[in-house]
Amino acid sequence: MTEPREMIRVEKLNKSFGDLHVLFDIDLKVNESDVVVLIGASGSGKSTLLRCLNFLEFKDDGNIIIEGEQVEADTHDLNKVRQKVGMVFQHFNLFPHKTVLGNVIEAPIQVKGMSKKEATKEGKRLLDKVGLGDKYDVYPSRLSGGQKQRVAIARALAMQPDIMLFDEPTSALDPELVGEVLETMKELGNEGMTMVVVTHEMGFAREVGDWVVYMNEGRIVEEGKPDQIFDHPKEERTKAFLDSIL
Amino acid sequence: MGEFFSIFIDSFDVFMEGMWLTLRLSVVSLLIAIVIGLFFAMLKISRVKVLEIIADLYIWIVRGTPLIVQIFILFYGLAEIWLIPEFWAASIGLAFHSGAYIAEIIRGAIQSITKGQTEAARSLGMSRSLTMRRVVLPQAFRRAVPSLGNQFIIGIKDSSLASFIGLQELFGVSNTMGSNSFDYLPYFFTVAIYYLLIVLILTIAVNQLEKKLAVSD
Repeated sequence: MTEPREMIRVEKLNKSFGDLHVLFDIDLKVNESDVVVLIGASGSGKSTLLRCLNFLEFKDDGNIIIEGEQVEADTHDLNKVRQKVGMVFQHFNLFPHKTVLGNVIEAPIQVKGMSKKEATKEGKRLLDKVGLGDKYDVYPSRLSGGQKQRVAIARALAMQPDIMLFDEPTSALDPELVGEVLETMKELGNEGMTMVVVTHEMGFAREVGDWVVYMNEGRIVEEGKPDQIFDHPKEERTKAFLDSIL
Repeated sequence: MGEFFSIFIDSFDVFMEGMWLTLRLSVVSLLIAIVIGLFFAMLKISRVKVLEIIADLYIWIVRGTPLIVQIFILFYGLAEIWLIPEFWAASIGLAFHSGAYIAEIIRGAIQSITKGQTEAARSLGMSRSLTMRRVVLPQAFRRAVPSLGNQFIIGIKDSSLASFIGLQELFGVSNTMGSNSFDYLPYFFTVAIYYLLIVLILTIAVNQLEKKLAVSD
């Protein structure tokens, strides 16, 4: 068996906001096609860790290695790095002044220099794929939360990223809309997309995740395959957390 | 009433010349003001201390002195070194003045766009300037339209001050005709009607624009 390709490696990552130390010596590895799920209570640092991976937050020290290259904010073109690392946000952050299709084709045209025709064709294909083939010309304000988040996923995919980050993608949704978004993410995972997902959806973590990382107070407490974390957690804190939410 | 009506009719041609000058002054000064306003709004949000101070200084000077003083300084003061034509002294003076208010309107509108919008754009690989141009400014502009419309109305009325450096725009015309006939009031009423009409048309235009921009709401 060949060694899997390493997409992300994080070494001894530390991060503070002012006096508040939020990440302590984080080590993390994400291989190609893996779905890594970060779980933990609010304020445990999982979103901050995710945001460090596409440089929406800057680490204090440690290394972030994306596809074999150690990325530093002051020497690398972060716009280039971010093109490879797509992100989906808790609050969707769709561009309200653009139609659904306009949201999806914006970056391919403006950043990649793709022709409008080509971007539109690809954008429509992606929107069809996430089940929004009838919404091309609708503005985001007319969509449900679940639809908005699926547009956001299509928008990120339109840049043909190698890695997708999801920051609590279902936390702002009405309960009945969570399923459609998770389903879209599951499909994406099954197709072999490398994903790092921050979520409170333990069903998703267990079913789709290849690797589960439990964080508490800025530290990785325990990590392993879903079965191991959910059925046989080793750490008391992991057990306590799982008991509190399941 | 019949007398006023005949004065209104008789003075129509002269007032139309004044109207033309008022419109030119207003449009030219507002276009320059938008450029100035955008520029200083960018300085204000640059997060570079020196640039912020420069913008604050400009806004303080403009807001802290009467517009008529600014126009006089430009026209009479600068005439010592560089003879500036009345039209441009007035246009630049008005633009310099409106620019400060427009800068504040644009800055406020930009800062009202949530951080999530910028983050989403950056996460797609868009640069800072591309994000500003394609994502933040279009939304900020929409939000600023009512306030900008208001500022434009103020600008049009402020252009009447250009008469004090000898420009025969609307108010200048009414003043001249009043003094020639020793009967000011009918001419001031006449000019008031013209200003009301301009402002009415502009108000309707801004409302239409707001409606058009609201399609995405």
